[in-house]
Amino acid sequence: MNRVTPILIFLMTAVAASPETIAIRGGTILTGTGETIENGSILIRDGKIVEVGQNLNVPTDATLIDASGQFVMPGIIDAHSHIAAESINEGSVSVSSMTGIEDVLDPRDVDIYRELAGGVTTSNVLHGSANPIGGKNAVIKHRWGKDAKGLLFEGALPGIKFAMGENPKRSRGTGPAARYPGTRMGVIDVIREAFTEARAYQKEWKAYEDKLREGKKGLVAPRRDLELEPLVEILEGKRLVHAHCYRADEILQLLRVAEEMGFRIATLQHVLEGYKVTKEIREHGAGASTFSDWWGYKMEAYDAIPYNAALMVEKGVLVSINSDSAEEARHLNQEAAKTMKWGGLTEAQALALITINPAKQLRIDDRVGSIEVGKDADIAIFDHHPLSVYAVAQKTLVDGEVYFDRARDLERRAEIEARRKAILEKGKGETR
Amino acid sequence: MTGIALLLFGLLTNDVYAIRGARIVTLAGETIEKGTLVIRDGRISEVGPGVSVPEGAEVIEAEGLEVYPGIMDAISQLGLTEVGAVPVTNDTLELGEFNPQIRAATAVHPASEHIPVARANGITHAVAAPGSFSDFGGGGGFGIQGQASLVNLDGWTVEEMSISPSVGMVLRWPSLETREFDFNTFEVKKLKFEDVKKKYDERVEKLGDWIEDARRYALAAAAGGETDLKLEALARVVRKDLPLLVVADDERDIRAAVEFASTRDLRMALLSGRDSWKVKDLLREKAIPVILGPALALPATEDTPYDKPLTTASELQAAGVRVIFASFSSANSRLLPYEVGNAVAYGLPWDEGLKSITLYPAQLFGVADSLGTIEEGKTANLVVTDGDPLEIETEVRYLFINGKLVSLENKHRSLYEKYRARP
Repeated sequence: MNRVTPILIFLMTAVAASPETIAIRGGTILTGTGETIENGSILIRDGKIVEVGQNLNVPTDATLIDASGQFVMPGIIDAHSHIAAESINEGSVSVSSMTGIEDVLDPRDVDIYRELAGGVTTSNVLHGSANPIGGKNAVIKHRWGKDAKGLLFEGALPGIKFAMGENPKRSRGTGPAARYPGTRMGVIDVIREAFTEARAYQKEWKAYEDKLREGKKGLVAPRRDLELEPLVEILEGKRLVHAHCYRADEILQLLRVAEEMGFRIATLQHVLEGYKVTKEIREHGAGASTFSDWWGYKMEAYDAIPYNAALMVEKGVLVSINSDSAEEARHLNQEAAKTMKWGGLTEAQALALITINPAKQLRIDDRVGSIEVGKDADIAIFDHHPLSVYAVAQKTLVDGEVYFDRARDLERRAEIEARRKAILEKGKGETR
Repeated sequence: MTGIALLLFGLLTNDVYAIRGARIVTLAGETIEKGTLVIRDGRISEVGPGVSVPEGAEVIEAEGLEVYPGIMDAISQLGLTEVGAVPVTNDTLELGEFNPQIRAATAVHPASEHIPVARANGITHAVAAPGSFSDFGGGGGFGIQGQASLVNLDGWTVEEMSISPSVGMVLRWPSLETREFDFNTFEVKKLKFEDVKKKYDERVEKLGDWIEDARRYALAAAAGGETDLKLEALARVVRKDLPLLVVADDERDIRAAVEFASTRDLRMALLSGRDSWKVKDLLREKAIPVILGPALALPATEDTPYDKPLTTASELQAAGVRVIFASFSSANSRLLPYEVGNAVAYGLPWDEGLKSITLYPAQLFGVADSLGTIEEGKTANLVVTDGDPLEIETEVRYLFINGKLVSLENKHRSLYEKYRARP
């Protein structure tokens, strides 16, 4: 073996290991902080945004992404999703806080990719709405191709699902399988009962820990309760409550029972009548995450209005637009645009509904939600302004890596079709 | 307040209007870049660049605005459902598999809150169709589900709304689905293919028998036979007075339905048509138009291209198939322009997109002599916007139905104003 070869290999490794620099050049950058940079560039190193602006010095070894004539925005954040999970609803019990989405994450769900093709980079995957207190959530990044662990948004504050109204009260029907609660009275009671228990449990542990600290010997630790533990985390501000709700009265009752028990609701989800109780929502400090314009499909959605998001913004509530649907998530940019039509939000306000606002609601705004130096390079590139119906996502990056590229997707179709045909042909040969 | 009310009342009752200085997209030849459109007695009496305003006309200064033919929702459930999850508010799907005699117009509720909501986004007239295409209820069964009715989205009674009580016969094609969702156990049941196929064959045979019966009935009726309401209704399909509106999604089902209609010499339109792109050559050959459901839909399978429902319209159009878009909904009827906008983003020519919700459905349902384009003599169903009606941000400024200036107020707007004023 030539003596030079090992050195060459060493050099190659050194080059590969050096931080990769990516430059997105020539597009209109909508930073998500209200700023628009025409003909701007973004420099990305190690998955983070290191420079944003016009006339940047692009290192000669940088990988270039040409965005001329296109629009570059922060990756879209969906604050209410049910993709990438094997199951969603543990409906047999009224309180299913012992369950969690993290245990059932499915990294092979093609919706992860389909939503990348709509510019989505982060999703709050929630338990369903069958119970007043549901299961734990998982915030994920759309790192298509990574395993379940690789999807998780590292360091995101954990959360949990609550649900009010028609879904939890009808979840097990009226027959022998009927399950308490069957009314909105019962829904609130379940929450009050659970937190009464959780506070007693918290006290028991605190007493034990106090004695431990005092140096007492021969103590027996209280028995762990996996149902109550997450509720104690809520009481201690370590877990976010994402509460499915529709009607104004149930929103109000939820805020009050939370205040009575000593915790806060992080986000009111769907919150279709939030516009009726903006004052109370604002005073409680809850965020609101809603659909743009679904209505009329059930009784509690009969007063839903497409002005909801805009009116809540106008009245000072922190608002996001979510999907609750693998399909709707693919055009959250259009859903956000509807708030300009119904309620007169500005472009910047509309874009915030699917970027920085949901990031704040999920407490991940130090990492994502805008194109700013130091943040993760989660970026979506569209061929038209993303608030236009004609905008088609061209490229989507997560941590500076291109996870969706429309041109590449189109190129690969013939190959996929050929492989599919070959498999079918092979199948025919085997059966006949 | 009273002044405004009186003014509105005045506007609503006048019968001569002039929309002046607008860009008029006629969809019948050239767009008029700056022109005036005069409405008299419910009709477009004059339109063009040099048209002058008649004396006494209510003038709408429309400089910077655009006029389009009113948008038609070619298959909707407007007036037939109020709250999806509350069964007593639904008059969409009748019991039984053979109901050609029932008509949607019989149940269209003129006071439905959905009607002014749809109107506020430019929908001026719609086909209310029986059957179940509800947003959350999924498809419903199999059978001849009744006659679809074409209505204006304005009127004190359904008689005042009605354009034609019967424009098509809805048939939900039986499907060869081997998986069935059991609502009692919340589990997906797997059915044996042989069992499903047997049931399917029986249904297709039954359907063939009904058509055959109707054909014989038509002959007997001509000779003075007894009246049978079901067969009398179906005889109109046999005589090709009415198109058979066949709901089918799966490629196999679409092919079977086309074969069925063509061997029996029936006039067919395909509804929903998820897999229609796989059958485009056959559809062109048989001149079968497709009324597509939402373009904003998920692909049918994992290995289908992610944008297939978005490109289906442009693929069909490029292959020479007539494409129409419809909401198949009530609450979401107002989203129809955006469904088309998305199809345009994925390759459907813009003017074809507009025609897919104006002229083409009017042609299919036999009302293109009065609706679908802006031409002198046609019914004044018009929408005046501040821009491209397929674009989300665009606002509808005025709406004319049957020559009347119609209010854009609705439940949503009034709730917005009420709670916006909450201190």
